[in-house]
Amino acid sequence: MAKKKFVVGCFNDEAVLFPAVKKIRTAGYKIHDVYTPFAVHGLDHALGLRETSLHTAGFIYGVTGTSTAVGSISWILAKDWPLNIGGKPSFALPAWIPITFELTVLFAAVGMVLTFCYLCQLAPFVKKHHFHARATDDLFVMVIECTDKTNVDDLKSFLSNCGAIETDVQVAEDGWWLGRYDKNEILFENKQTVAAY
Amino acid sequence: MASIRQQFEIPGKMKTWSLALIGVGLAAFVIGLVTKGISADEHEQAQFWGTLMYNTIFWTLVCNASMFFICVTTLAMGGWQQSFRRIPEAISTLVPIFGSITFAVLLYVVLSDKHHIYHWLDTEAVAKDPILSGKAGFLNPTFFIIWTTLTIGLWSLLGWRMRQISKEADEAPMDKATGARFILRNTIRAALFTVWFALTVGSTIPWLWMMSIDAHWYSTMYSWYTFASSFVSGMSLIALWVIYLKNKGYLEYTNQEHLQDIGKFMFAFSIFWTYLWFSQYMLIWYANIPEETVYFKHRVQGPYKGIFFLNLIINFICPLLILMKRSAKRNYTLVTFMAILIIFGHWLDFYQMVMGSLSKDHVTLGWLDFGILSLFVGLLIFFVGRSLASKPLIVKHHPFLKESIIHQV
Repeated sequence: MAKKKFVVGCFNDEAVLFPAVKKIRTAGYKIHDVYTPFAVHGLDHALGLRETSLHTAGFIYGVTGTSTAVGSISWILAKDWPLNIGGKPSFALPAWIPITFELTVLFAAVGMVLTFCYLCQLAPFVKKHHFHARATDDLFVMVIECTDKTNVDDLKSFLSNCGAIETDVQVAEDGWWLGRYDKNEILFENKQTVAAY
Repeated sequence: MASIRQQFEIPGKMKTWSLALIGVGLAAFVIGLVTKGISADEHEQAQFWGTLMYNTIFWTLVCNASMFFICVTTLAMGGWQQSFRRIPEAISTLVPIFGSITFAVLLYVVLSDKHHIYHWLDTEAVAKDPILSGKAGFLNPTFFIIWTTLTIGLWSLLGWRMRQISKEADEAPMDKATGARFILRNTIRAALFTVWFALTVGSTIPWLWMMSIDAHWYSTMYSWYTFASSFVSGMSLIALWVIYLKNKGYLEYTNQEHLQDIGKFMFAFSIFWTYLWFSQYMLIWYANIPEETVYFKHRVQGPYKGIFFLNLIINFICPLLILMKRSAKRNYTLVTFMAILIIFGHWLDFYQMVMGSLSKDHVTLGWLDFGILSLFVGLLIFFVGRSLASKPLIVKHHPFLKESIIHQV
């Protein structure tokens, strides 16, 4: 993946941020992401993000857990090595429910955490680019992706007009972290030279 | 605010339907009373009074769950329920009405010494029975009547006080100090109700009213199980009324976001109900002690097998699979369907809890049960409609109303 150029606008108020997001999107700019110090209600709608599929993945992991539990316990206790436990039938479903429940939760929980880390490109020792350190403190940082048609100065003044207290231009890596960094660090302007992939 | 439709007007259709249902119900009641209620046969009598018992108890608890919902959300400083809080309030006005019917039925059962329903009323048998004489301090007519009176009386009184204070939010805008005092007073009244609710529905009342039919048997889970049943049906009932009023063009401030939260309650408490169902069942199944398994014997292996497992499918599998998705909880049609299914499922659950013990040899589900059900549904529609019409639908000046309007899940 290539490095990309971004225009970054910083806002210090939620009430300014929302109309700004609306204006920027109406103007046709592509918002890469908005980094906020806390979860802002309604921002995902304003940004037009699609709903996450994480819960669908979670359901599938859960079903996997359920069937793993029921499958393995029933094979062990009813087929491979039946034991007489208190005169109960070998296929003693009620006794297995707690384990089945726990495996369902375990599979769903661990699976969803790993999927979440993968989707957000988080892993130990992976350094992520921070567009602005104060996004973790008190600034709402809007990051807009530049294309070859973007006029950076226009965009910066547009952001300032929308109420941004600070704007700048940054070039950052925007790729998947699974060994897919572009070693050559070629900017998008020169992408005609990147014929390799 | 002026454009908001605040005043509910009872549609003529609703009145006709509710009166028709009440009519059918009354007919069933009278025919039942003549053919069964005053018959010489003990089984017929037990069937008639048992049917009345589980219906009255179920609907009283379901209506009371509405007040519990208001009190609990008040204690949790919840704001999202304010845009439709007049609905649970209106439903809870039925507690005194259904409560007095329940009280009358139970009083008749206890005072006319129907020991084929409550075995512990039989003083001779109790004297000879070490288990029952050990329980005599709890299971005796005096305590039963006093505790039942207190329970229904205080539910009605504390609920009425909660509704009274909510009227103040209609009158005038509140400044910050008045608002804070209003919330504090709400909290105190809600706390009083919740404590009394915990002492009754959360522990003693289901033991006393329903579990004591199997006088020898006991389960500490039973009350929580009953509470979960009634609360999940109560939430479903609130959902039905919210959707009905939305369809009629009221409740402009209530939308899918609120519906999703109600749906979450329906989903979560269905799971909670199953958790208690299973905890009660598995411990008894595992220990396999005759005096405990006696409760499940005819339910799991006897004639109630079908109802017992149908109950589990309706009240667990269906809500689990259908209400799990976010989009399902935001879909008015699906929530309506699920709400009706859940209420029916828990009504059936109450049926097998009471009638499963009174008529162990055969399932009695028939015209009488559905007739009495129709009586209560008719009464419910009639009185809830009337009490909705008596107050504005919006708590106009409640300090948390705005929080509810901008509520987003």
